[in-house]
Amino acid sequence: MAKQYDTVIGLEVHIELATKTKIFCGCSTEFGGAPNTHTCPVCTGMPGSLPVLNKQVVDYALAIGLATHCHITQVCKFDRKNYFYPDNPQNYQISQLYLPIARDGWVEIETGSGKKKVRIHEMHMEEDAGKLVHDEWDDTSLVDYNRSGVPLVEIVSEPDMRSAEEVIAYLEKLRHIVQYLGASDCKLQEGSMRADVNLSVREVGSDTFGTRTEMKNLNSFKAITHAIEGERKRQIELIEEGKKVVQETRRWDDNKESSHAMRSKEDAKDYRYFPEPDLVPIVIDDEWIARIKNQEPEFRTEKLERYKKEYDISQVDAEILTESKKMAELFEATAALCKKPKKAANWLMVETMRLLKDNAMEPQDLRFSPENLASLIDLADAKTINSSVAKEVFEQIFLHDVDPKAYVKDHGLMTVNDEDALRQTLTEVIAANPQAVADYRGGKEKALGALVGQTMKAMKGKANPGRVNELLREML
Amino acid sequence: MDILSLSAVELGKKIKAGEISAMEATKASLAQIAAEEPRIHGYVTVDEEGALKQAEEIQKRIENKELTSPLAGVPTAIKDNMCIKGQLTTCSSKILSNFKPTYTAEAVKNLQKAGAVILGKTNMDEFAMGSTTETSYFGPTMNPHDTNHVPGGSSGGSCAAVAARECYYSLGSDTGGSIRQPSSFCGVVGMKPTYGTVSRYGLIAYGSSLDQIGPITKDVTDCAAVLTAIASWDKKDSTSVKRADYDFTSALTEDVKGLRVGIPTDYFTDGLNLEVAGAIRAAARVLAENGAVVEEFDLSLVKYAIPAYYVIASAEASSNLERFDGVKYGYRTPEYEGLHNMYKKTRSEGFGAEVKRRIMLGSFVLSSGYYDAYYLKALRTKALIKAAFDKAFESYDVILAPAAPTTAPELGKSLSDPLKMYLSDIYTVSVNLAGLPGLSIPVGKDKKGLPIGMQLIGNHFQEKTLLRAAYTYERATGKEA
Amino acid sequence: MADKISDETMEHVTKAKNKISDETIEYVGILAKLELSETEKQNAKADMEKMLDYIDTLNELDTSRVEPMSHVFPVNNVFREDVVTNENHMEETLANAPLRGGDSFKVPKTIG
Repeated sequence: MAKQYDTVIGLEVHIELATKTKIFCGCSTEFGGAPNTHTCPVCTGMPGSLPVLNKQVVDYALAIGLATHCHITQVCKFDRKNYFYPDNPQNYQISQLYLPIARDGWVEIETGSGKKKVRIHEMHMEEDAGKLVHDEWDDTSLVDYNRSGVPLVEIVSEPDMRSAEEVIAYLEKLRHIVQYLGASDCKLQEGSMRADVNLSVREVGSDTFGTRTEMKNLNSFKAITHAIEGERKRQIELIEEGKKVVQETRRWDDNKESSHAMRSKEDAKDYRYFPEPDLVPIVIDDEWIARIKNQEPEFRTEKLERYKKEYDISQVDAEILTESKKMAELFEATAALCKKPKKAANWLMVETMRLLKDNAMEPQDLRFSPENLASLIDLADAKTINSSVAKEVFEQIFLHDVDPKAYVKDHGLMTVNDEDALRQTLTEVIAANPQAVADYRGGKEKALGALVGQTMKAMKGKANPGRVNELLREML
Repeated sequence: MDILSLSAVELGKKIKAGEISAMEATKASLAQIAAEEPRIHGYVTVDEEGALKQAEEIQKRIENKELTSPLAGVPTAIKDNMCIKGQLTTCSSKILSNFKPTYTAEAVKNLQKAGAVILGKTNMDEFAMGSTTETSYFGPTMNPHDTNHVPGGSSGGSCAAVAARECYYSLGSDTGGSIRQPSSFCGVVGMKPTYGTVSRYGLIAYGSSLDQIGPITKDVTDCAAVLTAIASWDKKDSTSVKRADYDFTSALTEDVKGLRVGIPTDYFTDGLNLEVAGAIRAAARVLAENGAVVEEFDLSLVKYAIPAYYVIASAEASSNLERFDGVKYGYRTPEYEGLHNMYKKTRSEGFGAEVKRRIMLGSFVLSSGYYDAYYLKALRTKALIKAAFDKAFESYDVILAPAAPTTAPELGKSLSDPLKMYLSDIYTVSVNLAGLPGLSIPVGKDKKGLPIGMQLIGNHFQEKTLLRAAYTYERATGKEA
Repeated sequence: MADKISDETMEHVTKAKNKISDETIEYVGILAKLELSETEKQNAKADMEKMLDYIDTLNELDTSRVEPMSHVFPVNNVFREDVVTNENHMEETLANAPLRGGDSFKVPKTIG
């Protein structure tokens, strides 16, 4: 029988913090500026420049450390990590090795096989590198330092994960925590959340770890899943062939769906860390920790449970509503205003999700106010507008946050409940569609639908479709 | 009146009084530079045009009473490791031989605010690594007292320029003695302030935890005035210390009565030149005669300062100098194949031998497997050295010592044996390790006519005590008011 | 006279206890991105051995109960507020570039 193998996975997750400015200078962290427009002597490593720490970075890092049940290092320091690369303007990265801000935490994940704790080894603050754009034609690369100095936290897990599913669950968990804290938007595609995968395999039952590799450049859950599967397979094959797994860094190629070793004799992995002399220690007192702890929001897990109890919402619906803090906040505020949580939930889960998808937006990009959604729900509930009009108005709310009352009034979208006007239109429609009338009378139920449609069209959608149906049957 | 013989503060007074214009002083300095540079080579860059323009503007602002600093209109020179916007700043290295910073160092800015006329940038040991100013890519500076001798280093250009009257005062930087030792060799007053007193923003780093900018002047009064002008709490430098008092000129009083002065016996060993030892003891007697209580004591740990210093300074330097890679500024080798070859060729061609030596040593002591044995050991030794000073300052207000074991060596005699050169830093490096203020003041000459400097070391933030003692010595030995 | 200081040291340096191999010099050169000629390498070896022997005098000190001191003063918590203070400095950033490509620094191609 073939040998059975376990996959042992640990993750190094980099998260870009949502500060307005870089970690050590007053340059904007705004995404997507023209090259080198968000730079200064500090973040381009000009001779003589010196770093000064952005306090918000420590606040965010502390919040994440506390939310992931870490011990906070109350006297923490920065260190220099030395390596040459053009995206690293000083050729050292200011990071933390000896006294990282947080250590020994955990998060709980849930997968098909149940709940499990993934331990966090440590979390530290550091600066991001610049961007390299490769020019294939003349064998050069272009360096843009706009991202250089953007604050990051790196969260290093213990090798506690055993499958891609667990890895994804862990990443989702971190994402939810960090997003709920407002510390980052955690967009994998845009690189504000990045994961390096440390993976080894061992025979089932073995209690020693195999040699691990580190996989970089994973930009989506799909890439992570494929990379884990591919690397597991590659390592097992090596072992079965009696070869050794080499401890190395490998780079995932999304197009080729495979990885290759990033080996170079010029890259001795010896970072010569030492305490950063240009920055002073950070002393985090109990008061500071308490202040951050007090600002802690209700996290997703608690919200989910509360929604089920308080609003009598299903697990699946509660999951959708709490997927992002923004959505959850919209839901709670709307429900409180219109006192109709189920309807509020419905609008958010169905129409909102559809429009998000159509507009290639994410929940955190939502801009409409709960007041306007609540008011729309009230209008529809009072039958002031019919459901198709409501959808049309909602689209305007979604896009432009319009006040539905004013919008309905300005565009004359109120449902017509005037019996006389309705009967008048129906008479006209019946007269104009003898074939359909004949069909209906001949037993074709479907023909009624066509007549209802004609009537709604004639009344510019403002009629109450239920009433139209009733009256039609009566008149025919 | 010989305008060049005036001190900076004397000249400032005359400019303010309208007796001399900033322009006259600047032209006199430029003329002196033209006359002396072939002999001294104290400058890397002389900015004649810029200096004249500054003098003109500053003179107007003095007349409008906008500028009231005692240094307004006084010509100065800046060590070439401090950034000045748009002006060549080379660290006397090939790798920065074409570098024009886009901003100005905070200490220089402070001088500009005080109305200084900046004549140019002074020569130094490459990246401040050296004790003779012979490691400069642009060639050595000569000692104005005898051009066959070195001016000391690394702020040799700044000290020689003051001694040769090519400027009224200058700024230097001191990582292991780089202000005090050349000041001693050139017969001028030089001070390394307490770490954190003068902003390091814009000072191109050598050993970040040790570097400090300080004044190099003709006398103690000027030293106090320049320190007052450049010292500031700077939010751009995280290691900057907010001090209660930034007026150092109030310390200029002749009063050492009861001042407790300690002379470390362990500094007066075989290695100390006898003429230097004699001059220092004589200077100590002058202070005693004026009421100071002078005692000898055992400082301890003296011989460990240099190895600890070279580990820490080289380690920090190896990291600080990584940014010079031919990507963002400075020299890039003309021919290369690929990235790493470009890095290596650029750096190998761009740095001189002494800089490479220290980068290699620094990279080694930080490398995997050696960090604890070398780097951490040095940081622990540093803690012990600081504790030894703390203990000494329980008993003494000032520690009195030589600035260097000898007077200025002859040109070409030092570089062949680096370790021997390093050993000449024995009296200065521990002050940097402990972050203390230290001042060097001339106390005579040897029989060859080369100046001897006395070093006064104070506890943290006690610059005023040093200035008071130095001022008292200066007056007692005949410097006119 | 300065010679006298060194005589003592030289004596204990001549019996170089630290041996630096060619591989070590090569390795440190890779770390430091320095390409040394053969002569430079031999000099670097000798220099480093001498210096390390000298540095080894620190082992005479018992530092087992001493905390490494990276910062001399107990200055802590120096921060800036999270406020954008810098404008577009693109031209200044690139002003000294040895090789410019558009508004970026141009370097030999990095490995993808």
